[in-house]
Amino acid sequence: MRRTVPVILLAVALAGTSACTKTKSGEGAGDSSGPVKIGLVTKTDTNPYFVKLRESAKAHAQEKGAELIAVAGKFDGDNEGQVAAIENLVQQGVKGIMITPSNSTGILGALKQAKEQGVLVIALDTETDPKDAVDATYATNNVTAGELQGKYVKATLGSTAPKLLMMDGTPGGTVDEQRHRGFLQGMGLKDGDPAILGTAPTNGDQNKAQAAMENLLQRDSSVNAVYTLNEPAARGAVAALTAKGLAGKVAVGSIDGGCQGVADVKAGKYLATVMQFPKKMAEQGVDAVVSFAKDGKKPTGFIDTGAQLITDKPLAGLDSKDTTWGAQNCWG
Amino acid sequence: MQTITLRNRSAEAFVHNPALGPLAALVLAVVVFSATTSTFLTVDNISLVMQQSLVVATLALGQTLIVLTGGIDLANAAVMVLGTMVLARLVTDGSPSGVALLVAFVVCAGLGAVSGALVTLLNLPPFIVTLGMLTVVLAAGRLYSEGNSYPVTNDVLGVLGEGGYLFGQLKVTHGMTLAVVMFAVAWYALTRTAWGRHVYALGNDPEAARLTGIHVGRTRFSVYLIAGVIYAFAAWQALGRIPNADPNAFQTGNLDSITAVVIGGTSLFGGRGSVLGTVVGALIVAVLRSGLTQAGIDSLYQDVATGVLVIAAVAFDQIVRRRSR
Repeated sequence: MRRTVPVILLAVALAGTSACTKTKSGEGAGDSSGPVKIGLVTKTDTNPYFVKLRESAKAHAQEKGAELIAVAGKFDGDNEGQVAAIENLVQQGVKGIMITPSNSTGILGALKQAKEQGVLVIALDTETDPKDAVDATYATNNVTAGELQGKYVKATLGSTAPKLLMMDGTPGGTVDEQRHRGFLQGMGLKDGDPAILGTAPTNGDQNKAQAAMENLLQRDSSVNAVYTLNEPAARGAVAALTAKGLAGKVAVGSIDGGCQGVADVKAGKYLATVMQFPKKMAEQGVDAVVSFAKDGKKPTGFIDTGAQLITDKPLAGLDSKDTTWGAQNCWG
Repeated sequence: MQTITLRNRSAEAFVHNPALGPLAALVLAVVVFSATTSTFLTVDNISLVMQQSLVVATLALGQTLIVLTGGIDLANAAVMVLGTMVLARLVTDGSPSGVALLVAFVVCAGLGAVSGALVTLLNLPPFIVTLGMLTVVLAAGRLYSEGNSYPVTNDVLGVLGEGGYLFGQLKVTHGMTLAVVMFAVAWYALTRTAWGRHVYALGNDPEAARLTGIHVGRTRFSVYLIAGVIYAFAAWQALGRIPNADPNAFQTGNLDSITAVVIGGTSLFGGRGSVLGTVVGALIVAVLRSGLTQAGIDSLYQDVATGVLVIAAVAFDQIVRRRSR
C-alpha cells in the first residue's frame, strides 16, 4: 500500500507524457532540418466540418512531405485555448499557422507575435477583424453563400409576398452576420422589414433551432419562407414546421454542404443548401505554407474557395448542382 | 530497518504535504518534455506556460478556498466573464479605468456574497447554489454584452499582460507578479492566521468546528466573498492576457479550475489541501498542453492526459485519507 502512492503518480505522469515519444516520428531537432511543420488551430474538435478540415489538411500535408500539428479550442469561443495553441505552435518552430478563429478579435495579439517571429499566418473559414491581422484568408464568401440561399428562396416564392422567419447563429458571430446579411440581399429585403416575421439565435444547434421555431410558430404560423444559418438549424426548423403541419408549404433554405445536409435536400426536407468546401481551404492553406517554406513567398488577401447551390429542383437563372453531385463533394 | 523508517517518513511527507505529489508529477512532466522536444525547455516557453496558466490559476485560487470548506463553485468563470464584460463595456462607454475596476470588483464580490449568503443562511448545498448562479450569471453576461464582444485598448486594463521586467532572460509580466503576491497572501492567511485554521477546521468537520467555538457561518460566508474578489482579479488577468471581453469565453473555466485544484492535491471533501498545490495543478495542465503540442500530439490526447491526471489525483487523495484514518 505504501509503495502504491508514488507508483501511481509516476504511472500517471508517464501515461500523460509517454505518448509523445511514440508519435514523434523522424523530425529533426532544429527548425531548418526535417519536414516543414504546419500548425492547424480549429474552433473545436467535435464539429464534423472542422474534422473534415483537419483530415484534409493532414492528408494533403502528408502528400507534400510536410508535418501537420492539429490543435483545437475546447468550445466555440475558447479564445484562451486558441491563443495558447498559437503560442505553443510558434515555440515549436512551425513555418505557418492556419487558424479558424473563434472570435474575430479575440486572438489578434497572438497572431501578431506569430507574424513577428516570421510565421506565415493564414485564416481558414473565418476572417479576422481587421482582415490584415493574417497574411491571407481562405474561406467561403459567406455573404455570397447567404445571397445564393436568399435568391433561391425568393425564386421559389415567385410573386408571393415573403413572410420570413430567420434561424440565426450566435449573436455577434462574424460568419453568422455575413450569411444573414447575404440572405436578405438575395431576398431583396432589409433588416426590420415587416416581411420578416421573426428571428431567433440557434447557435447552429438543432435542438435550439427546433425550440426557437416552435416558439415563433406559436406566435405566427403564416410563414412561407425560412432562412437557416446551417443544416442542423434547418433540420430543427423543419421538425417544428412538420409538427405544425407546414412541411412542404414553406420554402426552407440552408448553408453548409455537409453530407447529412445533402441527404436532407435529396429527401426533400428542405429545398436547397449552399455547399462550402473545407477541403479546398485546407489544401490551399497547406500549399501556401509549403511554398512559403520553399521560396518565402506569402499569399495575400481573401481567397474565395467557392460556394455552390445544391438542389434537385433547379430554377431558371440560378446555377445549381443536383444532390448526386452534392453527395460526391460533401463533407462530414 | 533504516529503509523502512525512510519509507515511512516519505509517506508521512506525502500525507502532511498534499502539494508534494503534484510537484513530483510536474517535475517529471517537465523532465520528459525537455528530453523529448528541443523547444520545450526554453526561457521564452517557460514564461509562456506561466502566462497561459495565470487565469485558470487565479480562478482556482478562489476555488481552492471554497473547496477547502467542503464546498464547490461552478459559477466562478461565469462571474469572471461578467467581470470582463463590465470592465470592457464601462471603459468603452468612456468611464475611467479606475471606476471600471471598482465596479467590476463590487459586482464580482457581490455575486460571491450572494452565493455565500445562500449557502450559509439558507443552508443550501454549494453545488446547487453555484449551479443556479452559473446559469443566472452566464445569462446576465450575455444580456449585458448584447451579443457583442468588446476589444479593450485601455492601458490599465491590459497592464497585467505586459512584460514587467526580465528575471535573467525570463519575461515576468505584471500578471505573474500579481499572481505570486495573491498566492503568497492566501498561503499566509490559510496557514498563519486563525481565520485559516477555521477554514480547515470547518472543512474537516463543521460540527466539531462549531463545538470548538468557531463561527462556522461567518467563516464560510467570508470564503465565498473573498473568492468573489479573487474572480475580479481573474477578470483583470483575463483582459491582460486577451484584450477582448467575449461573453462566450471560458465556458469550461469552472471545470478547468476544479481540475487544477484537484490535481493540486486539495481534497474535494474539504479540510485538506493547499494553495501551493493549486499553483502546481494549474501549471501541470499548462505544461501538458504546451509540451504535448510541441511533441506534435493532437489536442484530444491532451484532454485525455488531463482527465487521467484528475482521476489519479482523486484516487491518491482517497488512499491517503483511508490510511490516515
